[in-house]
Amino acid sequence: MSISTGPLEALPAQEGPGWQERFDVKWLVVGVCVLFVVFLAAVPLLFLLWQSFFTPQTSTKAAEFTLQNYVTAYGSWETLKLFFTSVQFAIGTSIFSFTLGTFLAWLNERTNTPFKSLFFALSIIPLIIPGILFTVAWILLGSPKIGLVNLLLQSWFNTDYVFFNVYSLWGMIWVDGLHYSPMAFLLMTAAFRSMDPSLEESAMMSGASMFQIVTRITLKLVMPAIFATVLILFVRSIESFEVPALLGLPVGIQVFTSSIYQAIHEYPSQIGLASAYAVTLLLITTFGVYYQSKLSNQGSKYSTMTGKGFRPRAIDLGPWRWVAAAFCICYFLLIVAMPFLVLLWSSFQKFYSVPSMAALQNLTLDPYRFVLSYPTLIKSVVNSLLLSLGSATIIMLVTSVICWIVIKTKTPGRWLLDNIASLPMVFPGLVLGLSIMIFYLNFDIGIYGTIWIMFIAYITRFLPYGLRYNTTTMLQIHKELEESAAMSGASWFTMFYRIILPLMKPGLVAGWIYIVIVSIRELSTSILLYSPGTEVVSIVIWELWENGQYVELSALGVMFILALFCLVLVAQAIGRKFGVKEE
Amino acid sequence: MLSVKALFTEYPNDRGQIVKAAQDVTFEVPDGKLFTLLGPSGCGKTTTLRSIAGLEKPKSGEIALGHRVVYSSAGNIFIAPNKRSFGMVFQSYAIWPHMNVFQNAAFPLEVGAKKYSKKEIQDKVMRVLTAVDLGHLADREATKLSGGQQQRLALARALVMEPSLLLLDEPLSNLDAKLRERMRFELKRLQRELQVTTIYVTHDQSEALALSHEIAVMSEGRIMQIGSPRDIYERPRNKFVADFVGTTNFLEATIASVETQPGRYMVESPIGRLAASSADVLRSGDKVVLSLRPEDVELAEHAYTGPNTFQGIVDAKVFLGEYMDYQVKVGDRTLLAKAHPSLRTPIGEKVYVRINADKCVAIPEPSAT
Repeated sequence: MSISTGPLEALPAQEGPGWQERFDVKWLVVGVCVLFVVFLAAVPLLFLLWQSFFTPQTSTKAAEFTLQNYVTAYGSWETLKLFFTSVQFAIGTSIFSFTLGTFLAWLNERTNTPFKSLFFALSIIPLIIPGILFTVAWILLGSPKIGLVNLLLQSWFNTDYVFFNVYSLWGMIWVDGLHYSPMAFLLMTAAFRSMDPSLEESAMMSGASMFQIVTRITLKLVMPAIFATVLILFVRSIESFEVPALLGLPVGIQVFTSSIYQAIHEYPSQIGLASAYAVTLLLITTFGVYYQSKLSNQGSKYSTMTGKGFRPRAIDLGPWRWVAAAFCICYFLLIVAMPFLVLLWSSFQKFYSVPSMAALQNLTLDPYRFVLSYPTLIKSVVNSLLLSLGSATIIMLVTSVICWIVIKTKTPGRWLLDNIASLPMVFPGLVLGLSIMIFYLNFDIGIYGTIWIMFIAYITRFLPYGLRYNTTTMLQIHKELEESAAMSGASWFTMFYRIILPLMKPGLVAGWIYIVIVSIRELSTSILLYSPGTEVVSIVIWELWENGQYVELSALGVMFILALFCLVLVAQAIGRKFGVKEE
Repeated sequence: MLSVKALFTEYPNDRGQIVKAAQDVTFEVPDGKLFTLLGPSGCGKTTTLRSIAGLEKPKSGEIALGHRVVYSSAGNIFIAPNKRSFGMVFQSYAIWPHMNVFQNAAFPLEVGAKKYSKKEIQDKVMRVLTAVDLGHLADREATKLSGGQQQRLALARALVMEPSLLLLDEPLSNLDAKLRERMRFELKRLQRELQVTTIYVTHDQSEALALSHEIAVMSEGRIMQIGSPRDIYERPRNKFVADFVGTTNFLEATIASVETQPGRYMVESPIGRLAASSADVLRSGDKVVLSLRPEDVELAEHAYTGPNTFQGIVDAKVFLGEYMDYQVKVGDRTLLAKAHPSLRTPIGEKVYVRINADKCVAIPEPSAT
């Protein structure tokens, strides 16, 4: 092993008599990628911190150091309330989604509940129903005045009582919790799967009852995974924007994300104040993500991957399995069928009205005509496609080089590079948008207000996803595959282009598609960065909502969901094709 | 001729401890010979090979092939592995799964400094594939090959650019036992035919003995002994070599007298007084260890005449088909002996032991010398 001299020198070290000998395209590619990542991930953070301590720069007055932002932000009971509400909301959401997701995961992995195939749908739902559409759908279902659930129950019981009010803290927890439950389901399913079934079977052979097995063996073994899952759900819910903005703001329930949004949209906009809030939010998410990753590492100590691949004997629930099945069907209705159907219904109406025989007569395609001729629609679709395809491509290529440095070389400081590239993970979308906005307001290089600023934001935001996909594949590529290329006389660039990249293809394609899907629905970062002409599809949905054009929104939403559904199907087909070839 | 001089490498492992990977490793390999680095895992043999390849950069030393210095700490020279044009076969074969057989073998010709025409590449690749008996599989997906075929493809790829040096990193260790023995002959035939200078790394002593012109036995980063296979086996210079290469009986002993025949000594051992030989110059009273191969411990049911004969009792025996392992108690020591299966002395019965003085090697104890 060589002890390297430069901070970014990589094995196999290259040292020759002259500099021409030493120079290699490798250093150019590696250098550009490293600078790119550091610039994207670290710079906005520094500017956010800087801004939170300064007054806004105006044409007449330069920015001055101040603590006023923090005094305003933290000098009032309002903020304490804000903090309390945010945490309450996040804890409520994470516990609700965790409980729901874990129970479903357990039913699916460990019991003989019928209709298990419904669960496969769960893995794609979070991808195809964007947060904003899910929230809007639940407003149509659960608002006190027009909500279908209320109206239905009221007509059944012949009363005016409001059964369900989505505009409340509990309503927010309900909607966001439902939205994140598939994520909890997927994480806990993975945890259950990585557990050696013989550990449970030996408890059974020792004479333990089902309850004892669950509480004393199963739960104990998945404990690290439980904590890690709850933490990540907490982080996701404290940084979620759609639900607090659509459900909380109208009734004055404020959390950090909605306060940041409001502070910027006030006139004059209070960027300093927003930054002070953002710094707090960032501290919370950083803490959460840090401990989550620590726990996940610890978890691998617990998980007992045997690789034998046999499924544990399913616990026989007896007649209770029909109750479990009913529970699953209810859940499926709540999370997919009802939200989608209510959007579908409303998309065929001239004006939003509750389903009835009368309304059935008035079905119309007008909303679709309206949306398709909506002036910014074509532009926004083009923007969304350009942004998601472009950022996915760049992210996958850059992170493949970053992963190579981190995994395949002994470069000192490579862990730092890995951490910097993962840094955007802790940024709530809104905070990232804010940081990038501040940075390009202060450094006017002419991209503020153009599509390029959104491009940079998208690349930054989804960089960690690319890193994760590429890391998984890179770890599977045996070191000797590239060493044998070197021994064959290939230069670094040839080796990377002809050996590494082709071998990474499955991961590259999977990660690319995933980033395309998540970035095409992106809202919380775009909402601070878009200007007329650079709207994306989710922004158009947001605008329709602000204008109160619910039926048109529903029409666009239905088309959007169907398009995402097709995209996910294609992705899965491709994933299967490439997945098989893995050694 | 490959010459490796005073190669020294150490690096911190994951726990921060210093691993002494190569300590003053020096050897020379004449052109066309097969030289084996033999030793247990962690002995530094792979580090040495990878340093020759250029995949690792040693701390100090010099590596030269003929007049071409590829690494020299004094001259501050380090030629990158892709500029050395050495062929290498990796332990995992490192067959690129996204290319077919032909593409794998053609890769070195396509990417190297020397440019070849399409026709030349076609000819050279087919010639080398035919040589390793893969000519008919040129269009096959590399992943569809069996273990032995992958191994031959890796060899073809290493040979296609007609390297001045061939490096083999445990190339047979991933094959099953039967195939390994067949490939051993294949490899030997090919190397002898092509006359390519070869460095072979293995932990399998029978492989080393079967293939090599010369063997270097390594332990803890140092070369313990260099010699021909017969030298290494029959005349181990220290306890480690005797123990690692083959099976042996060790007996602590003291030199009683120096015989007139050169290299012959009388020694006092726990099983009695006997004649032994040594390549070292020893004096009366020196402490030594006797190394005695089981196949050189002759057993019989009738008494032998002459020197170096002892009487023992059969303690245990194992039937292994082509031969039998006997544990014979002589005095208070147990000797392992290999005998023909026709010997059927029951356990607990008397048996006679004869030891050939030429095959009884006295190794000086480090503490005594």
